[in-house]
Amino acid sequence: MRDKLYTRREWIRNLCLTALSGSAISLISSCGKEEVEDFLQKHFLEMTREEKEALITRLEARYLKKYGRKFKVSAQEAIPDTLWGYGLDLSRCIGCRRCVYACVEENNSSRLKPQSQWIRVIRLKKGSLVDLENSEHYYNPDLVPEKDFLYMPVQCQHCENPPCVKVCPVHATWKEPDGLVVVDYNWCIGCRYCIAACPYRGRIFNWAEPNVPSDQWNTSVHYLGNRPRMRNVVDKCTYCIQRVRVGRYPACVEACPTGSRKFGNLLDPQSEIRYVIENKRTFRLKEDLRTEPKFYYFFEA
Amino acid sequence: MQALRETLHETWRFYRKTLTLVLTGTREYYLWCLLLLSIMFLGLLFYLPQVYTGLITTNMKDQVVWGLYIANFTYLVGVAAAAVLLVVPAYIYQFGPIKEIVVLGELFAASSIIMALLFVMVDLGRVDRFWHMLPLIGSMNFPNSLLAWDVIVLNIYLVLNLLIPVYLLVKTYYGKEPNRKFIVPLILFSIPMAVAIHTVTAFLYNGLPARPFWNASILAPRFLASAFCSGPAIIIIVFQILREYTFIKLEDRALFKIAELMAYAMFLNLFLLMSEMFKEYYSNTVHIASLKYLYEGLHGKNALVPWIWVGTAMNLIAFVIFLFPAMRKRLSTLNIGCILIIAGVWIEKGPGLVIPGFVPDPLGEIYEYMPNFTELFISFGIWATGLLIFTLLMKVAIPIASGEFSHAKYIEERPASDWQ
Ligand code: SF4
Ligand code: SF4
Repeated sequence: MRDKLYTRREWIRNLCLTALSGSAISLISSCGKEEVEDFLQKHFLEMTREEKEALITRLEARYLKKYGRKFKVSAQEAIPDTLWGYGLDLSRCIGCRRCVYACVEENNSSRLKPQSQWIRVIRLKKGSLVDLENSEHYYNPDLVPEKDFLYMPVQCQHCENPPCVKVCPVHATWKEPDGLVVVDYNWCIGCRYCIAACPYRGRIFNWAEPNVPSDQWNTSVHYLGNRPRMRNVVDKCTYCIQRVRVGRYPACVEACPTGSRKFGNLLDPQSEIRYVIENKRTFRLKEDLRTEPKFYYFFEA
Repeated sequence: MQALRETLHETWRFYRKTLTLVLTGTREYYLWCLLLLSIMFLGLLFYLPQVYTGLITTNMKDQVVWGLYIANFTYLVGVAAAAVLLVVPAYIYQFGPIKEIVVLGELFAASSIIMALLFVMVDLGRVDRFWHMLPLIGSMNFPNSLLAWDVIVLNIYLVLNLLIPVYLLVKTYYGKEPNRKFIVPLILFSIPMAVAIHTVTAFLYNGLPARPFWNASILAPRFLASAFCSGPAIIIIVFQILREYTFIKLEDRALFKIAELMAYAMFLNLFLLMSEMFKEYYSNTVHIASLKYLYEGLHGKNALVPWIWVGTAMNLIAFVIFLFPAMRKRLSTLNIGCILIIAGVWIEKGPGLVIPGFVPDPLGEIYEYMPNFTELFISFGIWATGLLIFTLLMKVAIPIASGEFSHAKYIEERPASDWQ
């Protein structure tokens, strides 16, 4: 259905855009080729395979020029019959925030001014597990864990029923067939409505051009994931789409020193995450909102 | 062919005359326009860095992602809606004195909508991609996203509010009777649209279960009630100014009639506020956090508390003023009441509605947002733009309405060289 709709729509769009760009020749010739390309770029889901390939070549060339590094941009599609799910063992997490920093490095998040983190570890008093109002976000003791507290890492929960997708006025964010909620950074108009709609603070805004030292770029990127972002668009955790679609674990799973983080295919009865759901006492955050997160918190039984 | 040439000629004459009207005026007029233009220029100076560096130049953060811009947007949508709803009684009841207001009220609504849309535009991170939102050309998420709805209804409303007064004015210019079959349905249609823009804007917030402060069904009625206070209040002030500086003769009676409507609206507004207060404080669940932050501060953070109490006090005092006919029927007290309402509702409906929705954030963090100079000056710039647009519209509309600028006059006056 989508396809049919788009052909007509595309035609109208091309007509309009041609008229627009035609009438603005003087304006367009005054700004760079890149701006024009960006301006006319289509929605990712509406591109043909060839268009995607051309786009990727273009991006790789541009990144090389801009950041002086050779990037490998992937647009790999979802693996059939997968639905990614996450598990987090609250009885093991010690609140060291290694996942936070592993994530920043893996996903090319801005380092300083602004610093941007997709995972947030909050500290809660023992005895009141989901009293988020009394959570501490900036705890900073000499040593973790602390006696009276427990820690709860929160990131995008990849809701099956994502309110952020529902509210986006331009379809800039959507749920992939493998359940990952992703953003087309070139389509987002930066209205931040999705941030207002997310109950888990899963989405982060690039308030300025992200800043990453050139020797710290992770050059293995996915178009819908950790490729370099631009200012004034939204981004978020993608469960490391660039890794999980080639059979690797998300960076946070690998970084966790206590093995609190589990990951796997919810559709595969043999997967780790299915084991967790069947054998541990799991719960999901704010289940009353019916967002159906694919992120399960659990305890050692 | 001849007829076409004549029409073109005529249109061109009309434009030329309009342009002259707009460009000539008294010293005060020039000063006023100059003042507005310089504020706009200042706003632009702050806006450019915001576009090129990013929204980091504002005080918004991931915890509070909407601030002063969206607050102003919300307020102005209310003002625009109310301006037209005032027009209704004039048509339906043929209430004489208000009838003069119709054209001006709708032009005022149009100016407010333009301001509201500008506030959305400056808030957008990527204005360059605005076309993504256009239906058919872009990829509008309709009917799922309330923001898409809002863009649609606001634009329809804008077109209506320009079309109706311009049509009426052009007819007056030529001294013809407006075609009622054409214009009355449009005017009637603008009534549900006025309600619609406001309801949709309320639903934009209302539909977010992640934010309990907005996720209360009382939100849309509260929006309407408060708009019925602030919109008319601004109109009362604007028309007194127009009456002072132009030929427009507006009887006090019309103003008092509006003031009476406002008294009811303010009562409703306060009543709905009280209902909400009761529910939150009596049940005292976790959902009270934002309301508490707003009215008494939360965990020692209380940046909004003085503001909201000042706003509430203003609304209460204004209510008392409007309650007693003796007070609302005296221009001095009436004007005090109006100014109190304009400011009071702005606090309650603007920052008082938008910011607490984000505090505490969904994970319980409290970030105390206060706008910075960038946001302030850009906002001033937009208000100045709206005022300028309204001034220019008035500059043309009033002479037409007064008969001073009309086709008949032109025929009389046109120099001999134009004959042939
Ligand atoms: S956690 Fe937030 S960002 Fe992630 S899918 Fe759910 S609503 Fe969207
Ligand atoms: S910020 Fe971007 S992704 Fe989020 S709702 Fe707006 S356009 Fe959509």
